[in-house]
Order: sequence, then C-alpha cells, then structure tokens
Amino acid sequence: MKARSKRLILVGGGVALLVAAVALVLSAFQQNLVFFHTPTEVYEGKAPTGRAFRIGGMVEDGSIRREADGLTVSFAITDTAKVIPVRYRGTLPDLFQEGKGAVVQGVLGPDGQFTATEVLAKHDENYMPVEAQYAIDQAHKASQTVQQ
Amino acid sequence: MIAELGHFALILALVLAGVQAVVPLVGAARNRYALMAVGRPAAQAQLFFLLFAYACLTWAFITSDFSVRLAASNSHTDTPLIYKITGVWGNHEGSLLLWATSLSLWTVAVTIFSRDLPEAFMARVLGVLGAISAGFVSFTLFTSNPFTRLLPAVAEGRDLNPLLQDPGMIIHPPLLYMGYVGFSVAFAFAIAALLSGRLDAAWARWSRPWTTVAWVFLTAGIAVGSGWAYYELGWGGWWFWDPVENASFMPWLLGTALIHSLAVTEKRGAFRNWTVLLAIGAFSMSLLGTFLVRSGVLTSVLAVATDPARGLYILVLLVLVIGISLTLFAWRAPKLTGGGSFGLVSRESTLLGNNVLFAVVTGAVLLGTMYPLFLDALNLGKISVGPPYFEAVFVPLMVPVIVLMVIGPFVRWKGDDGARLLRRLAPAALVSLVLGAGLALAVGHVTWRTVLGLTLAAWVLIGSLQLLLARIAERPGAAAAARLRGIPAAWWGMWTAHLGVGVFIIGVTMVGSLESGLDVKMKEGQSAQLAGYTFTFRGVEDVERANYVAARATLEVRAGERRVATLTPEKRLYLAQQMPMTEASLDIGPFRDVYVSLGEQVEDGSWIVSLYHKPFISWIWLGCTLMGLGGIFAAADRRYRRLAERRAAAGVVQTA
Repeated sequence: MKARSKRLILVGGGVALLVAAVALVLSAFQQNLVFFHTPTEVYEGKAPTGRAFRIGGMVEDGSIRREADGLTVSFAITDTAKVIPVRYRGTLPDLFQEGKGAVVQGVLGPDGQFTATEVLAKHDENYMPVEAQYAIDQAHKASQTVQQ
Repeated sequence: MIAELGHFALILALVLAGVQAVVPLVGAARNRYALMAVGRPAAQAQLFFLLFAYACLTWAFITSDFSVRLAASNSHTDTPLIYKITGVWGNHEGSLLLWATSLSLWTVAVTIFSRDLPEAFMARVLGVLGAISAGFVSFTLFTSNPFTRLLPAVAEGRDLNPLLQDPGMIIHPPLLYMGYVGFSVAFAFAIAALLSGRLDAAWARWSRPWTTVAWVFLTAGIAVGSGWAYYELGWGGWWFWDPVENASFMPWLLGTALIHSLAVTEKRGAFRNWTVLLAIGAFSMSLLGTFLVRSGVLTSVLAVATDPARGLYILVLLVLVIGISLTLFAWRAPKLTGGGSFGLVSRESTLLGNNVLFAVVTGAVLLGTMYPLFLDALNLGKISVGPPYFEAVFVPLMVPVIVLMVIGPFVRWKGDDGARLLRRLAPAALVSLVLGAGLALAVGHVTWRTVLGLTLAAWVLIGSLQLLLARIAERPGAAAAARLRGIPAAWWGMWTAHLGVGVFIIGVTMVGSLESGLDVKMKEGQSAQLAGYTFTFRGVEDVERANYVAARATLEVRAGERRVATLTPEKRLYLAQQMPMTEASLDIGPFRDVYVSLGEQVEDGSWIVSLYHKPFISWIWLGCTLMGLGGIFAAADRRYRRLAERRAAAGVVQTA
C-alpha cells in the first residue's frame, strides 16, 4: 500500500506539473501570436487596432522620408493595390530599399498611421520576404478577379 | 572532369552506404560473422569516397570553376581563399555533402574508438548508420546534386552571401553539423539495442561518451552561431528565437535530457524506455534542424508544388526514421520493464524532473517554431510567433530546472531523507535569495527578472562550491590534494558544466537588465554619451578590398579622461551582388562590451550611428565554454576506457 501511494504521489505530481506547463505554454502562445495582414486588408479595416500585427509588401518608390531628427523615417508600404503609411524610429536593415520587399511589425493608430517597432528585410537580395511576396500576390489575384 | 570524378565518388559512396546498411544487419540477424565483418571496411571506404567527393567540390570552388553551378552561384574569383573553401557548405547542396561526410567521420570514429563492442552490436550500429547515410547521400544525389554543371559556364560567379564571409561562419556550420550528426550515433546505439533486445547498463555506458561528445559539438556550434549573430547582424542581440536558431536549440534541449537520462540508465538501470525515446527524439530533432536551417528546403517542404522532389523526399525520410524507430520501440518496449525502483526523494526523481521539463520546453519551442509554418502551408493564414512567446514560456520552465540542477547532485540514488537535504541546502537557498535581491539593488535595477536571475546564479555558484567541499570531505584522512585527484573526470565534467550554467545566467541577466543603446546622428567632431562613455565621431574614410568597398567610420571612446578604445565600424558594399552590409566594431571586456555600428549617411553629410553598452555579455559565452568543457571532461572519464583495457588484458591472458 505504501509503495502504491508513493507512486500515486509521483505520477499525480508529474501529471499536475505537466498540465500546469502545458497551460502556461498555451496561454503564452495565445497572447503572443502576431497576425499578418496585407495592405489591402488593413485598408479595409480588417486589421486590429491597439494590438501589434505585421504588414508585408513593397516599399513604395519615392516614399522614404527622414524627419528633422534624422532618425525617424516615414515610408509607405504597398501591395500594389493599397498604400499604408508607416513611421519608424531606429536603424533600418541593410537591404531596406525603395521598390524592395519589406515586412513591418507594429500598431495601427486610429488615423490609419502605422507605427512600426520592427522592420524586416530579407538577408539576401534574391528573395522577397515571403510575407511581402504573399501580399502582392493576393493583390494581383484580387485585381484579376475584378477584371473578370 | 574533376566535378565528374566527385559525382562518381558520391555514387560509389551511395552504393557502399547501401551495402553497409544491409549486409551487417542481415549478418547480425542470422549470426553470421562473415556478413557482420563487412560493416567496417564498407564504412571506411565510404568515408574515403565522401572525402574525395568533398575535395573535388572544394577544388571547383578554389579554382573558380564556374561551369559547376554551385561554385558559380556561391563563389567569385575575388572571394578570399578561406571563404572560397567555406563557401562549399554555405549553400544547400554543399551543406548536405558536409552532413553526409561528417556522418561518415562519426561512423569510422565508432569503428575505431568502440572496437571492443560485441561484434553483433557493432554490426547493428553500423547498419543503422549506413541506412541513415544512404538516405542522405541519395537525397544529395537525386535532388540536390552539388556537381551539376552549368553549361555554358558563366564568366564570373555570384560570390558567397556576404553575411557568411566572416570568421564565425568558418567554424559554426561544421561544429553544428558535427553536433547534429553526432546524435545519429546515439540513435544508432539505441536502435541497435532495441534490435538486439538488450537495453541494459552496458548499452548506456557505450552510448554515453558518444552522446556527450555530440552534445559538446552542438553546444559549441550554437554558442559560435550566437556570437556571430551578436557582432555580425549589427545591433547586438545574441539570441532571436529565429526558426534557424530554434532548429539547433531543440536537439540541444533533448540532447541535454538524454545525457541525464543515460546517467540514470547506466547507474541504476531505470528510465530505459524513456532514454530510448529521447535518443530517437534528439535525432529526429537534428533531422528537422538540418532541414529547417536551409530556408529554401523548408519552403520546398511546405509548398510542395515548387520543388516536389525535395520536399517529398525529406518528408519520406523523416516519416521513415521516426516511424520505423517508434514501431520498433513499441514492439520491444513491453519487454523492457523493470530497472531499479526509487523513492520519492531520490536522485532519480530530480533527474526525472529535469527530463520532463526539458521535454516540455522542447515541445513549446517546437510549437512556436512549426505552428506558423503549418498554418501557412495549409493556407489558414499567416502568423508569426516572436521572442515574447518564447521568453514567456522558457523562463518559468527553466527556473525549476536550475533549482533541481543544484539539488540533484546532493541527493542519494534510490532514496534520501528530505529533512536532511533541507537542512543542508536551506542556508544556501537563503543566502542566494539575499544575494540576488542585494545585488539587484546594488546595480540599481530591481525588477523581478533581475532578482530572479541573480538569485538563481547565486544558487548555482554557492551550490557548486558547497558540492565541491562536500565531495572533498567524503574521504577523511587523505590529504586534500589526494582527495581532489581521486575525484573522477565525469564528476568534474558535471560540476564544470553546471557551474557554466550559473555563469551563463549571470551574463543573460546582467545584459538583459542593464544593457543600453542609443541611435544618434553624428558629424565629424561631434560626441555622444552612453553609460558613462563618451563617443566622439572622427570622420569617415573609404576602404577598398578585393570583393567589397566600404565606408569606415572612426569613433573614439573615452571614460572620463581615459581613452578606452578606437572603434571602426564599416558600411560595406559587396560588389558581386551589390549587397550592402553593416560591420559592427566592438571593444570586448570582461565586464562589458562597447559596441558601435554604422547606419546610413543622411543628407547633410552626417551619419546615423548606433551605440550600445552591453554589461557582462561575454559571460554568456564563457558559460557556454564551461558547459562544453564539462562535456569534454565527462566524455574523457576513465571508466569508458576501462572495458577496453580489461578486454585487452584478457586477450593477452588468452593468447599466452
């Protein structure tokens, strides 16, 4: 009886630990998911306000502007259909250029201005960031459906 | 011609791998020594041909033979020689060849250093390794042939990705691959033991040094990779929870669990099923890691349409490895009951806790890494899981691991007295708490994270000291020096590695709590202040090298009147791919790094400069070094060689 109850404690404790750990993992997962939206979706109001998400697309030609402090940059990100203005303070990745793909993560303000906390560009000039390419493909698909 | 020779050698290596996979296993099943004996020569010949193929590919890179497609897209006549050589594995095809070659190296190492294994067991180990090798070499040959010609040849190559042209990247991939591939030896030992139905303490003892050495390589590989990211990516982060990093971290986590579980199996005969499962898991994670690292392969797995052959091949390989080994496990496991029983408070329990927690952490990292990829593949939307998730999960799960890590070595096998342990460790726990809170107060950063981190670090360091003193006190009478010498290498290994964890925690906590950074616009002669240092911008000059041009800034760093360092961060442009690159400049110190990277030039001729102060960051890598050293000590323990010595002695007696 004693060995049995000892095993019960061990197994019970192990299971309780496991359940607690899994609960922790899942709740952290839920809270920290970052969703991705294309500029068209953002324009249509499908993106959340007040919660961080990502936008991918191309940096619009001629849109990069530096503000007076020299550190804050504003630019526009587009999937060729819709354009979303973005503000970012900090150093930009080496491969961040006009006409090239980029992904930004941040929060959408009530005025439609996106404030980025993170700007990503691919480490290799061959490829578009996958998400940026996706956004542009979606926009192309949408425009083709409209034409038909 | 050379490329064709290499291609041919690779085909021969595949044939040999096939022979090595089939013949010894058949021999072991039918108990035919002639067939079992085929394993060794097949493995050695396979190594010869793989090395030959590898040398041929390297030759194509060194001589800039741009009729070889791989050299054309990853090398350039102006690439420095060392990066021509490392460029061989800086791509998917070449890295697969490196993988296969290191597997072959490990296999031959097993035939040399474990030559005293029973013949049938060795035959099974070689058979399993041969099967893995056949899988990889055929994958290389049929879907990712590195020797494919590019006809007509191009005049100039595209150069190696500039990010990879760095000393860290010279040693990082081989170390990492030796680690990944090393777990295939642990896996092969486990499968061989399952096949023979003999999963006992002897199997664990044979398997332990190999597992530990693989773990050392993986630890070193991850540490170097993290160091590379720290100074090369230009903003001083050292871990990003990026899929590529997680890919190497998951086998490390399971490998760490495996090392500890093997200890229980060897000493007490318990946890045998679990150890086998961990060996299978660690190797599966290594395979997953290999494929995750090459993002091209990953996308091809997920978007099967773009390159169906590669993606399908990998999936089949993974399913085969995991499927066959788990089936084998399910078939054999019921016969493996038993092993030593143990009480609630015992060393086995603490190690069980370690194992469960490491497995859960691995699962959590796996979820965060793979879930976005699966969603994407199934067209269910795009999401990303960033560092906040991993940190939220990792920290609370690792805290009990660290607490147990210190308690474990004090607890006796089989069963111990909880009250005795409490009396022994309560003072250390109290002192750690006080120290943690006090130090956090002293550095002026009282957050729960800082207090927790410093408390845990103190707990590990004080616990280690106490453990050492207790160990020395174990043999009263003998002189202290004799007592120290009497401690086996394996114990020192455990002690050093655990101490390394403590040092690592100090580094992570301090840099996480106290680091500071500043982005400033600077012109010649202007200064900026950060963390008590004055940075003065001394201007920018142009630099020209063989394959890049750069703007190099000079910054003087002073602390008060004292000149600390002159830093020269660069903004490079690699010519072949017209790719810009930031090259940071660091002053490394034992208690802090000063880190500067050059941003871009703005209209009025001034530059954006990022300045960082990173306290105690070197301790992160110092901790990893101690962990690796601990692994080396543990693997070098005399008792792994004792069997060989006894056998040799017995052999002498028989022949005499």
